[in-house]
Amino acid sequence: MNVVAAIAVDGTIYAAWLFVMSVGLSLIYGVMRILNIAHGSLYALGAYAGASLVIAYVNHGYPPYLSYLVLFGAALLVGLIAGPLIERGVLRWAYGRDEIVLLLVTYSVFLILEDVTKLIWGVNAYNASQPYALLGRVSVAGLVYSVYDFMVVGFAVLVGAILWWVFNRTHAGRLILAVIHDQEVSLAMGINVPRMYLAAFTGGAALAALGGALTAPMISVVPGISVEVIVLAFAVVVVGGLGSLEGAALGALIVGLARSASVHLLPQIELFVIYGVMALVLVLRPQGLFGRAEVRRI
Amino acid sequence: MAGRATVVTGVVTVALAIAGAWLPTWALFLLTVALGKGLAVLGLVFLMRAGLVSFGQGLYYAAGAYTVGFLSDRVGIHDIFVAITAAAIVAVALAALVGLLMVQYREIFFAMLSLAFSMILYGLLVKNEAFGSTDGINVAPPAFAGMTLGLPGLRIALYLVVIAICVVVVYAAHRYVLSPLGYLAHAIKDGEVRVEYLGASVRRAVYAKYLVAAGLAGVSGALVSLAVGHIDPEMAYWTTSGEFVFVAVLGGTGGVLAPLLASVVFEVGRSFASAYSPYTWQLTLGVVMLLVILFLPRGLWSLLEVRGLARQR
Amino acid sequence: MAAAMKRFTRARGLLGMLALAAIAAGLAPLLAADQAAAQAKPGKLTIGIVTFLSGGAAGPFGVPARNGAEILIENLNQGKLPAPYTDKGVGGVPIETVFVDESGGATRQVTELRNLVQRQQVDLVIGYISSGDCLAVAPVAEELKKLTVLFDCGTPRIFEDQPHKYVFRTAGHAILDSVGAARYLLSRKPNLKSIAGINQNYAWGQDSWNDFKASVLALKPGVTEASVQFPKLFAGQYGAEISALLGASPEAVHSSFWGGDLEALILQGAPRGLFDKTQVVLSTGETVLARLGRQLPDGVIVGGRGPHGPLAPDNELNRWLIAAYQERYATPATYPVYHVAQAILGVKAAYEKAIKANGGKWPTQDQVIAAFEHLTFETPSGPIAMANGKGHQAIEGTAYGVSKLDPGTGRSRVVDVVRYEPACVNPPEGVKSADWIASGFKGARCP
Repeated sequence: MNVVAAIAVDGTIYAAWLFVMSVGLSLIYGVMRILNIAHGSLYALGAYAGASLVIAYVNHGYPPYLSYLVLFGAALLVGLIAGPLIERGVLRWAYGRDEIVLLLVTYSVFLILEDVTKLIWGVNAYNASQPYALLGRVSVAGLVYSVYDFMVVGFAVLVGAILWWVFNRTHAGRLILAVIHDQEVSLAMGINVPRMYLAAFTGGAALAALGGALTAPMISVVPGISVEVIVLAFAVVVVGGLGSLEGAALGALIVGLARSASVHLLPQIELFVIYGVMALVLVLRPQGLFGRAEVRRI
Repeated sequence: MAGRATVVTGVVTVALAIAGAWLPTWALFLLTVALGKGLAVLGLVFLMRAGLVSFGQGLYYAAGAYTVGFLSDRVGIHDIFVAITAAAIVAVALAALVGLLMVQYREIFFAMLSLAFSMILYGLLVKNEAFGSTDGINVAPPAFAGMTLGLPGLRIALYLVVIAICVVVVYAAHRYVLSPLGYLAHAIKDGEVRVEYLGASVRRAVYAKYLVAAGLAGVSGALVSLAVGHIDPEMAYWTTSGEFVFVAVLGGTGGVLAPLLASVVFEVGRSFASAYSPYTWQLTLGVVMLLVILFLPRGLWSLLEVRGLARQR
Repeated sequence: MAAAMKRFTRARGLLGMLALAAIAAGLAPLLAADQAAAQAKPGKLTIGIVTFLSGGAAGPFGVPARNGAEILIENLNQGKLPAPYTDKGVGGVPIETVFVDESGGATRQVTELRNLVQRQQVDLVIGYISSGDCLAVAPVAEELKKLTVLFDCGTPRIFEDQPHKYVFRTAGHAILDSVGAARYLLSRKPNLKSIAGINQNYAWGQDSWNDFKASVLALKPGVTEASVQFPKLFAGQYGAEISALLGASPEAVHSSFWGGDLEALILQGAPRGLFDKTQVVLSTGETVLARLGRQLPDGVIVGGRGPHGPLAPDNELNRWLIAAYQERYATPATYPVYHVAQAILGVKAAYEKAIKANGGKWPTQDQVIAAFEHLTFETPSGPIAMANGKGHQAIEGTAYGVSKLDPGTGRSRVVDVVRYEPACVNPPEGVKSADWIASGFKGARCP
């Protein structure tokens, strides 16, 4: 096994997963200036929904190759239901207050969703590994990998490309970028900012759920997966810069490669690597690699 | 001005101290831990009044607790006053270093950097098998200025020590809040640049507040670890820090007693929530927090804001 | 306007005071006096059961333990258990349970134990899956002078660090897993040259790996360590670790993974050939035999933290438990169920022995403790002897086997089962586990 190649491949696979998982968080922060702690729960909801729908789907005997569409559908469903519910039902009442207060509101939502997930799906693990096993395996750099892992990479690139296209080439996307840059001026220019908020949160929720749904076939969906994910997503988004699409991608790549390198070369520090990288970036360039330095209001 | 508040505080303190003789041990323990943790929240509130929310007080909380653990387990020192002083010194020393970096950040970045540092300590403690890794180690019951006490006396003595420390801290905090440094907190929160123009050093003020908060968190960790008799790396995990923030928001930043009161309410509430709804206590906690944030933006303390009883500061 | 504001503020203040008063009033009745020890036969025996009801450990351990407790106690109260536990309840007294969620960390659990004992006034406590919680609550149980039976936690430290009077543990601790795994692995691969490990980065994973490695080296010095991975608990994604393990090409890979992590490791590792290229040893693998079925490859060395589940001996109690659990919960009983059964049956046996010694009268707690020490009692896992820890720590044998898919049921079975006697896989009384392994298992009696 070529260690460098293995680090590169593993790092890229992990980075792709990180990107899909955390881009929603970056989007929500960029538009709404909310650090959404409930992001982890939305991810878990996506995973649970994806897993249980795929299990039901496969049990009914439908063609297994379409189970991927079931995963996407599950994610979309979760986003479209949970997103507006949380944004209109809870967040809206706290707008205009401190960033930290909004963060605590999302923390409460996280606590609530944890138990809601448990009430709906119970504590048992859900296994929906058919989509994972279906694509078979492939040999790269002397090691055998699952084709699904590379599909995730391809999918991450696709998501990135679609988001880039939406932000830079569509009218709605430009409106969102305007809101990200300056909310007050956008409002003054007549942009329906509340609707942008709703769209951004729903989109972010759907992306988080998509991350979960994509991951569901390769893991066993159990309670508690949300907590892990929150910290990882934070780290990625901090490194890349909150609110930046390119930042999320680069942040994912950096964290992914760093973790992969530590696993192969120095497993003892694996636990620290992510926090170390996060602390390092915060120290050297707090707004992240692609973030914009906040102008202080006098 | 201080008259009413001091009288009330004094009455409450004496009442709590006397009640210690009659309260069942579970209540005594609950109050000891709640007030102990309340100290860490108080430190956090000082920072929050200046607009800085730290999601990493667990760093100093754990540092204090592990100092006590080290003294008790490796060095054989069990005296509670030595332990608390040592914990405070270690926590403040650590903060003196980390604080040099932290004072340059604000808002979300301050929160995240503090989180990152506390998680780094967590990682170090988990790797440290000498101190039991995630299992932690037990801490022997403390001695009180040379005296070792048997069981019922021990719990009451611990309770009284915690109350005494709380009284001292509350008094000091009260003086602090009315001092220039205390008032500077509001100014910093409103507009830092203006403060600089007016000639005060924001950086020094924030650094001082950071040290104070760390010291209080260290003392808190020491007291709680002695009361519970156990330390583990979980004390440095971000959810512990998150709990402090939760309690701080629950109480509000309006008064010096607010964090302590909120801490007691939280501990009691959580204890009953998990007894009566073992499957949905997280839901209950989340809903309560949401209600407090949305309808009591200044925390539970605002319920007590009656003229003379509590003052908005 | 100002007057209205003043009234509003005062009203809010009044509301606040009322709220506080209400809380105080609500608390007051609960600040009852401590219980008095009852000597007359009580109407019921209240047992507090502490197990994970939320979080990652609930699915694989906490909830099966709760289910096992429920089904066992229900049937016990009706006298439906096979011999020698045919009497109803405990000495004729029905058992009532109070369940407490073990999540929240050690500080929380210490508080909960105090509440359980002093506020809810249970007669005894059975509980604790997490080693951290066990270590934290043991001194508290001593302080509260309340009989506490640890039923699942794995750390050897409980009685090796110091003795306890009120604390008992009715299951073998983690030493069984590591020593059993080492012996079984070497019996199948006598020319073992290299080992690797992937364990969760916390006390359980670290200790499991250290004990396993030390056991292998004690039995066959010179075995090298190829790659040692310690991913974070609940990491869920093991792509890089699997690559590192595959690249290092060890002969055997040890893992004490459990729950979602274990399933993820299998789901991600199997397609990549981890289980073909190396001999994988899963010390808690028994929990996934039924769940993963076809996804668990054949030939994996599987343990169940003792003779539990498919590794359990064939006795009447076991047959009853398997049938009853399967019928009620539609899934096979895994080792947490057996562990909780051992605790409950041990308590019953101790009480009934104490009753007999007391001339038929209801015993005091001290009498029950005296009866419990050095007790041997029957369980679905076979006989349990409270032989170590001055009569407070159970020793049991263990069993390891190899997985093999049963195409008919779609579940994995265990074949090539080898049983190890208690004296082979437990340190002698008074010897610390780590020292015992380092000494080359001095005093072990293996066939």
